[in-house]
Amino acid sequence: MNTLIDHIGQYTVDGVSKGAIYALVALGYTLVYGVLRLINFAHSEVFMVGTFAILVTYTVLDVQQYPALVVAIPTALLGLVVAGLASGGIALAVERAAYLPLRRKNAPPLIFLITAIGVSMILVEVFGLLLPRRIGHLLPEVFGRERAASLSVPYLFERRPVLTIGDTTIDTIHVIVVVAAVVMMIGLDLFINRTRYGRGVRAVAQDPQTAALMGVNQDRVIMLIFVLGGVMAGAAALLWTIRIGNTQSAIGFVVGLKAFTAAVLGGIGNLRGALLGGILLGVVEVYAAAITASIWEDVFAFVILVIVLMFRPTGLLGESLGRARA
Amino acid sequence: MRRINLRAVGLAAAALGLVVAAGCQANTNDGGNQAADYCGKKVGFFGALTGENAAIVIPSRDGAKLAFKQYNEANPDCQLQMVEFDSQGDPDKAAGFAQQVVADQDFLGVIGGAFSGETNGTMPVFQGGGVPMISPSATRVDLSGRPGITVFHRVVGHDGTQSAAIAKFLRDEGATKVFLIDDGSAYGAGLTAELAKRLDEGTPKIPYATDKVQEQQTIFDATVAKIQAEQPDYIFYGGYPREAAPLFRQIRGANITAQLLGADGLYDPALATNTEGAAEGAIITCPCLPASEAGGTFTADFKAEYGTEPGSYGAEGYDAAKVFIDVISGGASTRADVLTGIKAYDKEGASKHIKFDAGGDVDPSVVVVWAYKVEGDGLTPLRALGVQ
Repeated sequence: MNTLIDHIGQYTVDGVSKGAIYALVALGYTLVYGVLRLINFAHSEVFMVGTFAILVTYTVLDVQQYPALVVAIPTALLGLVVAGLASGGIALAVERAAYLPLRRKNAPPLIFLITAIGVSMILVEVFGLLLPRRIGHLLPEVFGRERAASLSVPYLFERRPVLTIGDTTIDTIHVIVVVAAVVMMIGLDLFINRTRYGRGVRAVAQDPQTAALMGVNQDRVIMLIFVLGGVMAGAAALLWTIRIGNTQSAIGFVVGLKAFTAAVLGGIGNLRGALLGGILLGVVEVYAAAITASIWEDVFAFVILVIVLMFRPTGLLGESLGRARA
Repeated sequence: MRRINLRAVGLAAAALGLVVAAGCQANTNDGGNQAADYCGKKVGFFGALTGENAAIVIPSRDGAKLAFKQYNEANPDCQLQMVEFDSQGDPDKAAGFAQQVVADQDFLGVIGGAFSGETNGTMPVFQGGGVPMISPSATRVDLSGRPGITVFHRVVGHDGTQSAAIAKFLRDEGATKVFLIDDGSAYGAGLTAELAKRLDEGTPKIPYATDKVQEQQTIFDATVAKIQAEQPDYIFYGGYPREAAPLFRQIRGANITAQLLGADGLYDPALATNTEGAAEGAIITCPCLPASEAGGTFTADFKAEYGTEPGSYGAEGYDAAKVFIDVISGGASTRADVLTGIKAYDKEGASKHIKFDAGGDVDPSVVVVWAYKVEGDGLTPLRALGVQ
């Protein structure tokens, strides 16, 4: 307990920047759930694909650790574009290949769920076994070893203190991650709430039949939300490589689970809820690890989730994607 | 999700293994005219042959395979078989394979388990079937000398010896404060607890702080923050590379310069190649010998066979297989005979002199713990560590 009280500022800062990444991934769950009432468990692998896209890009460009700022910033932006394209693309591909045929046949929700889990496993194995065996020789540094324990991605930015208050240091990485995540989320929020496409999304979320009668192309809206969720996961993947700096084929599982938890905590289907849920989860985890040991952080995180859901079954902010005003 | 999936792969592998084993069995029966009773008998090899931590196990598998190959080439009329079981280090999976081995009377013994967790999980099963075990690399202290267990042996020193060597190393280096991290696994938690005890008990006493992480963890913010608060000069990690690689990167990324230290679980070149230099200079201890120190022609033979130096526990895998081969080819054709033979075994091996005590351990005085340093793309032997 003393460790936490003595260094509460530092733990809070760390927790917030950890939660910001959860929040970006959580958006993918929340968008899809808001519109389709479907939990897309393959979303964790959409994030994983983003990290691999960045690793491949860096390998091709031969990016070294801690490049000069004039190199680092364009590289990060390029990484964002590549990861956004890769993650958005894979999310769209999953939708078209796996969910669309089920939707056409009006399959019950359980079938979607099990399909999502299946797709998730397939992607893990493709990246863990198939790609290393088939194209590993083309990309030796990336896929060289089957299911490597951990593939490292060079850090683009060094941790340098930006602001120090007492024991608490806010460093460059904290600032980059939190600012980038918040900017992405504000952008998405504006897109959903202020644009014509966003209105279509909200309309389908609220009442698919009526929206269709009013001339909203439901199919296009569904594609749009998968792509948007994927792009956010791609952004999360970039921030992940900047902050954590490693990947492997199974990396999505834990991140996905946490992001899903964050989405439920904030109110699944609610964009702002994802941000709140993600940051709360990140902070709770770091506090829990500080009080006891890191091994207990999941226990505390899920206890908090259960307690919150007892009092607010729809999450902290409620499920409101459909109910937002036009 | 991944775990379920691995299980499916494991089942498929097991089925395939059975088919292959059945096929080989048929072959040896055809050729065995006047062969001795032990011809065509089998010894299992248990360890993680695929998966994130396979790199530590593969060399000992290759060492064991080499021993069988040498024997079979010298004795074309009376072959012995080594059957591999890819437990992926998972105790549940290993226990399933153990049932298969127990049920097939042609299995006279098992080399393994490679990791402590799976060894712990399979020991009661093998004891029930009377199947002798010789582990090349399971180092958790309490695996040996258990009441009621007679089948377990290991050709490797245990973590008590290793932790004593690490504690002595820390005292020799004049460490003033150590931060101990473990992964909560049978191996990592056991070794780290032993080390903590030795830091407390010896003189001078070295103060330490701790954190426990979990398997599959990738974000180590709280651990890094704790290290920053404690300001140790040495950081010890008890666990495997999957977690150590991102952990070391995040420690170095946070500009912590303390000396990194790990045990045999981290004896894996991937730690050097997959951390963007974060593990550079880390000291890794291992009760396994550098290739240059192994006895006999083992290192040369291994190099000729595989084209690489024997890595972690290559010599120990070879020794474990050699014990079985010597005992079985000496005429032991039942599990009970093999167990008796192992208990009486007393010979020079590639890694050390092999003679088991009542609990199944080799004599601690022949166990040497080596310190290696992560340099460039690999591990360079530094020196043999004394045991306090």
